[in-house]
Amino acid sequence: MSFQVHWERDDYSRIPFHLYHDPAVYALEMERIFRGPCWSYLCMEAELPRLGDFRTTWVGDTPVVVSRDAQSGAIHAFVNRCSHRGAMIVRKTHGNAPEHVCIYHRWCYRTDGELTGIPFRRGLKGEGGMPADFDMAAASPQRLRIANVNGLLFGTFSAASEPIEQYLGEFGMGMIQRFFHKPVRILGYSRQLIGGNWKLYAENLRDTYHASLLHEFFVTYGVDRATQKGGVKMDARHRHNMNHAYTATDTQEEARAAYAGNAGVALDRMRLRDTKLLQHTPEFDDRMNLAAPTFFPNALVVQINHSLATRQIRPKGVDALEVFQTVFGYADDSDELTRHRLISANLVGPAGFVSMEDGEAIELIQKATASTTDETNIIEMGGRGAITDQAHRVTETPVRGFWSYWAELMGVEPPGGVR
Amino acid sequence: MNHPLSSSVPPSPELRAAASDLMAEYGLRIDEDRLEDWIDLFDQICDYKVVTRENIEQGLPNVLIWCDNQDMLRDRIASYRDVNEYNLHWGRHVIGPLRFCGRVYAADQALARADRAPIWVIEAAYSLYQTDLEGASRLFSVGRYRAEIIASPAGTLARIRSMLVIADTALIPTLLAAPI
Ligand code: FES
Ligand SMILES: [Fe+2]
Repeated sequence: MSFQVHWERDDYSRIPFHLYHDPAVYALEMERIFRGPCWSYLCMEAELPRLGDFRTTWVGDTPVVVSRDAQSGAIHAFVNRCSHRGAMIVRKTHGNAPEHVCIYHRWCYRTDGELTGIPFRRGLKGEGGMPADFDMAAASPQRLRIANVNGLLFGTFSAASEPIEQYLGEFGMGMIQRFFHKPVRILGYSRQLIGGNWKLYAENLRDTYHASLLHEFFVTYGVDRATQKGGVKMDARHRHNMNHAYTATDTQEEARAAYAGNAGVALDRMRLRDTKLLQHTPEFDDRMNLAAPTFFPNALVVQINHSLATRQIRPKGVDALEVFQTVFGYADDSDELTRHRLISANLVGPAGFVSMEDGEAIELIQKATASTTDETNIIEMGGRGAITDQAHRVTETPVRGFWSYWAELMGVEPPGGVR
Repeated sequence: MNHPLSSSVPPSPELRAAASDLMAEYGLRIDEDRLEDWIDLFDQICDYKVVTRENIEQGLPNVLIWCDNQDMLRDRIASYRDVNEYNLHWGRHVIGPLRFCGRVYAADQALARADRAPIWVIEAAYSLYQTDLEGASRLFSVGRYRAEIIASPAGTLARIRSMLVIADTALIPTLLAAPI
């Protein structure tokens, strides 16, 4: 498909709204991004502790099975679509199985996805059956290449993807090591269905400007304010991003002065009756209380105080996305710390004090921009032109980084487009 | 921890009526946006948790909301009132008939009532609809309540000791702000 974008500017400070609404653009994104040269986050190795364990997930809109080989214990991922007539092979979200059988005509797959059994393949009494030269192995569902980074599993459909170390960069590899430096314990899942294009969520994760404004809880209760020491970092290609902040690096007075006069941001209007929700003893060497590395195209690892989670973006058509969140702690957490992580879970997820608003903000954009033709947004907070790291968070520059890589993958970079 | 009683003592008609009124009030006070009054349906010592069936079935402890005392419940509602942004809507709870699952006594002496009033475990199915300001309705959440309730010795004036909301709807549409 020949696809072009009329960019008003070559620094991605203006994005045409129709890119969030056009089904043809969505279809192309699934092909060129999610089935293209990107590494997508699949799940955690800790979710597959035993031989034969499996989890179903999505890479873009493609259903995928991730499984631990019933014999060798190796991790595999393959498309969850029967080679025969296309039925979904594995129907459960998770489980344990020595092999996978499609219910329709009982074609049978090994835990690495290879097709190994076809009922009546030789027919009955010399009648019927498959042609003698039918090659089962060649007809197996497509497999993904897997990369395991400290127990975080990534997959790609493309043979041309860079090695994962290069894809994530020093920045990404370092952040994953920070979070996954010791065995994790899965605490559970949450899901949120947001009526908006998946890119609006990807942008949201790269827009540190909104955090202390939309999520007023952050500021009101002093969890995080733009006046704290922090900033945004990106990888060399500006496709990944991290918003971060350090505990207690500003004063009440600084914060009060900074937010003074902002309607809707009332610092200290209230105090929590029970403050245990916000109790935080730095548990990482870097003493960050907020760290949210985001990996193109579909992943976020997030720490807010003692709440830890991964989030996976699952596009659900051009105007919907699911946020699939996996909440974790560490295997050596005390019962008391596990309880504290669960209490801290009040902060994040679909009902999170500092996260629920994203669902509403994204739906408001999707609704209000549906009728547009060539109108664009404005992305200039933090500056125009070159895309660079910043030692503050009054910025949405990483959103432009996202779009620059998006444009490269989609083959629609403007002449002289920034990278 | 509370210990289940093996006794098969049935609840009195008065208690059934009180529990049924309690749950009717529970839903209506949320739907009428009287959330501060809704908290009054809880005992001084109380616990409110929203979890999903997906997690329960896997034996996973993650919570969507967990207030382990009345102060946390008040903080949740205060934040909802003044701090959080959410999709503007009216809510409507439809709560099914109550099932009495048995009685427990608080094992912890500090929690035990001086009068040893029993705590009853009840369950009920719910559906929660949301209607936006232009009048479009959607099913927002379906699931079940599992509550521990305390009655006065006369069997009236039931209060909620703990409310566990187990949402079958793990895939939360938009966001979850007001309590279920
Ligand atoms: S579709 Fe799977 S066996 Fe026929
Ligand atoms: Fe946000």
